[in-house]
Amino acid sequence: MAEIVTMPKLGFDMAEGTLVKWVVQEGEKIEKGAVLAEIETDKATVEVESNYEGVVARHLVEAGAVVPVNMPIAVIAAPGEDVEKAAQSAGKAEGAPPKPEATPVEKAEAASPAPAPAAQAEAPEGSHLPEGLRASPIARRMATEARINLGQVAGSGPGGRIVKRDIVEYLQSPARYQEAAAPALKAEPARPSIEKATKPTAPLAPLAPLPTAETPADEILPLNRLRAAIGRRMTEAKQQAPHFYVTHEYDVDSLVALRQQVNSMLSDEEKVSVNDFIVKGVALALRQFPNLNASLGENQVIRHGAVNIGVAVAVEGGLLTVVCRDADRKPLRQIAVEVRTMASRAREGKVRPEDIEGSTFSISNLGMYDVENFSAIINPPEAAILAVGTARQVPVVKEGGLAVGWRMKATLSVDHRVSDGAEAARFLQALALYLEGPLSLLL
Amino acid sequence: MARITMREAISRALWEEMERDPDVFIMGEEVGVWGGSYAVTKGFYDHFGEKRVRDTPISESTIIGAAIGAALTGLRPVAELMTINFAFSAMDHIVNQAAKLHYMFGGQMTLPLVIRTVGGGGRQLGATHSQTPDAVFAHFPGLKVVAPGTAEDAKGLLKSAIRSNDPIFFIEHATLYQVRGEVPDGDYTIPIGKSKVHREGKDVTIVTYSKMLETSTKAAEQLAATGIEAEIIDLRTLRPLDMEPVLASFRKTNRAVIVEEGWRSFGVGSEIASRIYEEAFDYVDAPIQRVAQKEVPLPYNRTLEQLALPQVEDVIQAVKEVL
Repeated sequence: MAEIVTMPKLGFDMAEGTLVKWVVQEGEKIEKGAVLAEIETDKATVEVESNYEGVVARHLVEAGAVVPVNMPIAVIAAPGEDVEKAAQSAGKAEGAPPKPEATPVEKAEAASPAPAPAAQAEAPEGSHLPEGLRASPIARRMATEARINLGQVAGSGPGGRIVKRDIVEYLQSPARYQEAAAPALKAEPARPSIEKATKPTAPLAPLAPLPTAETPADEILPLNRLRAAIGRRMTEAKQQAPHFYVTHEYDVDSLVALRQQVNSMLSDEEKVSVNDFIVKGVALALRQFPNLNASLGENQVIRHGAVNIGVAVAVEGGLLTVVCRDADRKPLRQIAVEVRTMASRAREGKVRPEDIEGSTFSISNLGMYDVENFSAIINPPEAAILAVGTARQVPVVKEGGLAVGWRMKATLSVDHRVSDGAEAARFLQALALYLEGPLSLLL
Repeated sequence: MARITMREAISRALWEEMERDPDVFIMGEEVGVWGGSYAVTKGFYDHFGEKRVRDTPISESTIIGAAIGAALTGLRPVAELMTINFAFSAMDHIVNQAAKLHYMFGGQMTLPLVIRTVGGGGRQLGATHSQTPDAVFAHFPGLKVVAPGTAEDAKGLLKSAIRSNDPIFFIEHATLYQVRGEVPDGDYTIPIGKSKVHREGKDVTIVTYSKMLETSTKAAEQLAATGIEAEIIDLRTLRPLDMEPVLASFRKTNRAVIVEEGWRSFGVGSEIASRIYEEAFDYVDAPIQRVAQKEVPLPYNRTLEQLALPQVEDVIQAVKEVL
């Protein structure tokens, strides 16, 4: 029978979305799991997959329309069903859509959908799987028992969900013996290396326009949704949260050396950035300072059990914060791969809802732009954010004499309603233990 | 084994139990001289006499109230409500008295009462005479709710019900009376509160009962032609609910579709799905699907009525959805 596709709710606070583009046109066939449309939310553009196989009978909204969540957006006719009839049923989407004639049962093989591990149609809540993977409960249990990394299994269920048959197939396939074959590793590096950052090539500055040339007219750009959302949230944060700032300079001589050593053993795709060390160090330090891994509620402070580190990523038209969950418990290599994968998804506009939700503390790193120091606005409802500058070689005083050393400054912005300067300073000191003795981050 | 209709199976159960135990008697509207609205008690009046086959006024609260009184004095009444829709007129007696007397008086008395009634839609009897409110009655602790889907079960379960000392709400489906099935010869009973594997399969578990057992079986046959083997669990009793066969099947298939004739919201499917999620969460491979009646008062118009009731295609669609 005809199926109604509705505007998915891609985050707990999503109320509406813009239907940016119809990928499958009226009258065209669609497979279960194939991308039907692209939807822009406050935070990202997300591909919506069809949970049904059939023919797109009708688009109920036009591209560009802003649609409340759960409102019908399309009708999909079942295979063999009269498309016109199915389309007519669309008008009465609410309540009971009329049932068409019996449809012949499809071959079981034909019904099995193509693996589609791409974008997600729904936002899983409370998922603790790495990289926002989706897996059925039995698939999770089987993976745990067989010690399989779910990241290496392709999901064939709706929205790329890993289901039992995927685990069974994986266990039977030789691929399981090839370690770290995850597609995640193919993503481009998240950040340029320190060497690039500290030795910027100096291109010629663009020439000024000739004085005789006509002065360009003003350009008026409507705010896109991301820009508007950033504006709203940052205004809220800066107006409501009384920020204070504490800066600390870290001696990163050992970190730079250790990173070089570590990366010499890793392939290009796996290389670990300075920021990855910082993510890990911050996560461990936050364990000792639960007050900074917190949110302010009404008359209460919520200290989060999980340490989920948000990493700000510049994307076209704004920035997104991708979330490395349970960063305090993950090995550095995994953090590096996860952050790189999510960041590249974010930059490609393919971010998944779970990539950007649930952070408990954020890091903004402008190290690649040769920035000495800056202060960031807290990402609400978090209590603090760390702004990281460039690791650079500077003159330092060592044993009473001048020497050259690697130094990096970081500034912590804290919500004064939640914490105070002394605690912030102690946190930055605790972080120093990790960043200045970085071997501990590998243990 | 004899191949008889469910009507005959129920009739025989009543007849045999009345022959077996002189305390068993029948009361209800038109059960005597007329032989029952669904002809289940045809011939009983002539054979057993007016004392044991009692025609009553058209007052459901009187029927159930009097039957409760008779049961308390030691008789074993089988009270018939012409349709389950009329049970609402006797609701206080059913859920406030029958379901609670044994409990509230510390077990001083038992209530060997059977309320036989007829539920279900599909016969163009209109919105008020076509309901399937089984879940409503199954909601109340103290009442056992039985709803057979085959002639064999109908006979065996009704005999168990009549011999039981607990109040039992026995729901027959109006469109199953004519359906034939193999019924063992002679005296046999089937225990109340036991679900059953009705059809074996490995790919998906269909949980259902009563009329929808027939619908689900047809769906399973069509699915089998395409290589999908559905296992069907017949609940037979809604309270006490026997989840063991359901869970055992689900642990095997990891996928379930629940098919009921009543409305979806707050229904049998909601209960079964919750129980599966609670008791077999680590075996779930896909969201459980429910097939149920459209959420409207059942239309009188024949086409619309059939559209509102769950059909074979709906079951097939739901199965494909979970696979």
